[in-house]
Amino acid sequence: MSVRAVTVLAALALAGCAAGERPQPAVSPAAEVQGPLVAPNPYPATYRPPAAGRVALVGATVLTAAGDEIANGTVLMDRGKIVAVGPDLAVPDGYARIDARGRWITPGVIDAHSHLGVWSQPDTVEANNDVNEMTDPNTAQVWAEHSVWPQDPGFDTAREAGVTTMMVLPGSANLFGGRTVTLKNVPSVTMQGMKFPGAPYGLKIACGENPKRVYGGRGRSPATRMGNVAGYRKAWIDAQDYARRQDKWEKGGRVGDGPKRDLQLETLAGVLKGEILVQNHCYRADEMANMIDIAREFGFSIRAFHHANEAYKIAPLLAKEDICVATWASWWGYKMEVYDALEENAALVHAAGGCAIIHSDDAILVQHLNQEAAAALSSAWRAGIPIARADAIRWITANPAKALGIADKVGTLEPGKNADVVLWSADPFSIYARAEKVWIDGAVVFDRADPACRRHSDLLLGQPGDTQ
Amino acid sequence: MIRAFVAALLACALGAPAGAETVAITGGRVVTVAGGGDIAKGTVLVRDGRIVAVGANVAVPPDARIIDATGKVVTPGLVASGTALGLIEVRTVEATDDRGSGAPGLSAAFDAGYGLNPDSMLIPVARLGGITRAIATPAYNDRPGRELLFAGQAAAVVLDGTPMLMRRGVAMVLEMGDAGAERAGGARAAELVALRAIFAEVRDYKIRRAAYDRGETRSYTLSRSDLEALIPVVEGRMPLLVSVNRASDIRDVLEMARSERLKLILEGASEGWRVAPDIAAAGVPVLVTPVENTPASFEALGATLTNARRLAEAGVTVAIQGNGNHREREMRYNAGNAVANGLDWRAGLAAITINPARIFGLADRIGSLEPGKDGDVVVWDGDPLDTLSRPIAVLIRGVPQPMQSRATELRDRYLPGVLPPANGDKP
Repeated sequence: MSVRAVTVLAALALAGCAAGERPQPAVSPAAEVQGPLVAPNPYPATYRPPAAGRVALVGATVLTAAGDEIANGTVLMDRGKIVAVGPDLAVPDGYARIDARGRWITPGVIDAHSHLGVWSQPDTVEANNDVNEMTDPNTAQVWAEHSVWPQDPGFDTAREAGVTTMMVLPGSANLFGGRTVTLKNVPSVTMQGMKFPGAPYGLKIACGENPKRVYGGRGRSPATRMGNVAGYRKAWIDAQDYARRQDKWEKGGRVGDGPKRDLQLETLAGVLKGEILVQNHCYRADEMANMIDIAREFGFSIRAFHHANEAYKIAPLLAKEDICVATWASWWGYKMEVYDALEENAALVHAAGGCAIIHSDDAILVQHLNQEAAAALSSAWRAGIPIARADAIRWITANPAKALGIADKVGTLEPGKNADVVLWSADPFSIYARAEKVWIDGAVVFDRADPACRRHSDLLLGQPGDTQ
Repeated sequence: MIRAFVAALLACALGAPAGAETVAITGGRVVTVAGGGDIAKGTVLVRDGRIVAVGANVAVPPDARIIDATGKVVTPGLVASGTALGLIEVRTVEATDDRGSGAPGLSAAFDAGYGLNPDSMLIPVARLGGITRAIATPAYNDRPGRELLFAGQAAAVVLDGTPMLMRRGVAMVLEMGDAGAERAGGARAAELVALRAIFAEVRDYKIRRAAYDRGETRSYTLSRSDLEALIPVVEGRMPLLVSVNRASDIRDVLEMARSERLKLILEGASEGWRVAPDIAAAGVPVLVTPVENTPASFEALGATLTNARRLAEAGVTVAIQGNGNHREREMRYNAGNAVANGLDWRAGLAAITINPARIFGLADRIGSLEPGKDGDVVVWDGDPLDTLSRPIAVLIRGVPQPMQSRATELRDRYLPGVLPPANGDKP
């Protein structure tokens, strides 16, 4: 028996909860390529899907996020992938059968806007606040992943609520906040052990009140919204220049010294080349329209507007531009630019044919994304907009997967996708539904019935904290 | 004519709203949150702003306005505690934020019953979440170098767009634990010592008021208005509402209240479940926000989704709060989450109706569907604790409220431009 086979068997022998295995720190693996980035990928993911067997979930109501609601549905997972989903499927030999009658199944929940790990619990402790590099309006050179603390207890509570993937962003104090990172919500001692293999980077851009308040308050630019726009444009002009010089050197056969690497411009140039996705914090409709024009002026595209509480005012434009809208149902009024927020925002974006997302931006709300989507859904019903559960589930699964650039891997329960699955005790749009079991890549990462695979954060070990 | 005028004046004096009439809510599942329990197909009859009958066989007068609640759920109006309703419009627009004062010499005397704005856009939003009454609660306005132990006095308010004040001085608000310690100089012990000194000072002032006005007493650290405001607190007439989280802090507060003979309400109480029997034995009610389960500070490491359930099981009177400021409408979802984590459903509904009414001394008027109480009634299209349900009618003092808010008006302005046919970028 080979050493490799022994390892595989040992992994399979784990009692039901792959997350009980504590991943080892990264040991300089072969450089993993995350697409043709401007620079090589110096902080590669060390996450590898654990060995997973064949599992059949039988008899549930299934929301695949890629079609109609399936009654009495069966979901087949084989070695970390979805292999079949349908009503009354026969369960082939070799599958461990889980009775899911009376329960509901959805894809793993994806949070398109998280600060878990970069603004960790206890979040009133200043030492745990690594979210905003509030030292310059342009900090495109910082990467959120270098702030991520994998021991943030918020990862555990999010996992218990069915959240399997999240994009962690820098804060919104700056015009350019830095690079985002997409994480798998698996217990890990290192950030690299959570990093979603193959997920593209994002660039956090912020509109509106925050940058002008932070820097205007210091007597610096930007102090106004027009100052914000001047700041973006100057940066893109510099990035175009940088990209041009680098291209010239590359195409000229790399003769002589190339242009010196500039981390800030490298990230911006990555956007211009379409390798890094723009994730734009922007509340007001008029500002979103300005950002679309800026993107046109410099030849890049915006992947998603975040918060975007006025998206409903320009929903057809956003649908036409194919820009996702990541928003809330309940949050409003905490500043002027969010005074016009509606519970129906996501529904109106959806009704216009756009890509609507319910996101959290919060360590508590991330545990209730299904409920926040439900509030958005019932607001749509109140407004006379008929939206089915099977469509609304996309707001917290397939659509955030699209915004994060990982829709080919996760977000729906379709054959070939990663087996990121949530088994809910009830209709996930009900307030009473709780995640009973959660799989990532076919491995159980949470089981409400098994205390061994619940809390992992070292912070709470030995503390008076409850584990119930 | 004159008689009608006098009658109208009398009606105003009694607090009955203009336009009160007889309203019958018929055929719904009536959850009284009172001794009457649930009535499968019941009628709630409201006349001149008051509930006059609740039951399965209530005769409906011919002149009554009928609200058909067949297949619906009928509950008392919800009561939100710990809110900024009437005190805030946009959080970062300081001129619209009247939750607290930075004025020196005004701590306990600050009274949230003044300056309330019934035209606030937050009020219809809360009302569309079934909330009909609230406790407008002061918040600290900390300024550098300022000692401010008390945030001030909370007021009970009504959310029907008329002048809001229902009852002034329903609680004195105090933050202890981390934040209180910081205000008192940086340590928990400092705050506890300072508070005891203040209570002694108030008792001293109380028996020497005349001498004080003649300038014949020792000097006090508090202003005259603060001393006056604290008299009902040291007399145990006005509850001291203490925001506190750590188990040991809760024990300290319970001990302080016992020895100072104060009436106490706890708020927050993240680790309340760890000392639930002590809280229950002291007969102290608790205001909790069940979804706040993050260990957000070292005083809340034990925060858990099961807090509300465990407190209730220990016999504590629990009221469930919303998510503050603009997010009070989520209060019922918070109750639903507590139920999802084991709290009895009826206890969950009581925690947003009769319990807050009792805790703030308002249960003679609101909190349940019983004859004699104000006609605050909500008709729901489903389970009132569920995200998928919405109110279809909200009555306050017998008057059906508009089912609109500025947000629904904005929705209706933009909806035609969104629904097909799509018409480009100009709605």
